Amino acid sequence: MPQVKVVVTLKPTLLDAQGRVVQDALHALGYGNVEQVRIGKYMELEMTANGKDAPAIEAEVKEMCDRLLANPVIENYRYEVIA
Amino acid sequence: MSATLIGPAGGGPKFAVIRFPGANCDQDSYYIIKDVLGRPVEYVWHQDTSLRGFDVVVLPGGFAYGDYLRAGAVARFAPIMNAVRAHAERGGLVLGICNGFQVLCEAHLLPGALIRNEGCRFACKFVHLRVENAETPFTSAYRPGQVLAIPIAHGEGRYVCDPETQQEMERSNRVLFRYTTPQGEETPESNPNGSIANIAGIANATFNVMGMMPHPERAGEKILGSADGRGVFESLARAAERVLA
Repeated sequence: MPQVKVVVTLKPTLLDAQGRVVQDALHALGYGNVEQVRIGKYMELEMTANGKDAPAIEAEVKEMCDRLLANPVIENYRYEVIA
Repeated sequence: MSATLIGPAGGGPKFAVIRFPGANCDQDSYYIIKDVLGRPVEYVWHQDTSLRGFDVVVLPGGFAYGDYLRAGAVARFAPIMNAVRAHAERGGLVLGICNGFQVLCEAHLLPGALIRNEGCRFACKFVHLRVENAETPFTSAYRPGQVLAIPIAHGEGRYVCDPETQQEMERSNRVLFRYTTPQGEETPESNPNGSIANIAGIANATFNVMGMMPHPERAGEKILGSADGRGVFESLARAAERVLA
């Protein structure tokens, strides 16, 4: 049963307000060497192969990312299909 | 299931207020249209598939489908959204307020996106907006440059888009509202969420779809602190009347 791991991140050109808050908190805890924090989303999908080969599943996952899992206007994504 | 209520009888343009699960400004939108303006209005359930007979469609504020994943990301695929898209493509009027604006961006009926406020705070307060273009179906009741007091209530209202899109919108006067001081000056301090160029509301290229983060439906009567929001609904009723005439 293929498992898919999807990571969605805010585009680097956009200020990550949440990340900045966490960065400030890390600085307050004494971790002054943290130069930037960016927060993303991590999703795990359990799929059934239904006779599809790896490239077909990859294509399907890419479509899911473009349509729903990420908003290409503001986010980048990457994924990994584990057969 | 259909949770449709019938508005007052009467001619003229008819408004639809879309009800998503998690919507929480649907009743305020219904109220300003029916009781403040005296216009016919009905709720339309998100599972419905038709907007036949409606002239103006309002996507109200709230947290449609819990705003899981991203605000508006799941609502965009609600069955009613095909009808909203078809209505917009026919030239029908569509207004998205707050969460409704987020849904319209996710549905690509408006460009750009709305992301977490720059200060990470949920902003709930009166702000001032300058009317940038008063020659649209959404703003014709206002004077150009008029400053309105209208409340905001959002955690993810920072409008962003790529520079080319912004330039194109500026050139074609599609930015309808900008956050300003009470005097109408655009300053960093008057920008409550970090939106680019203090953008509070935009229209599509054909000026029949508009999204705004502030809540005009919450500012329809003096007793609520401001009646400045009424003009948005009055403009829409007037524009829809012209189409029907």
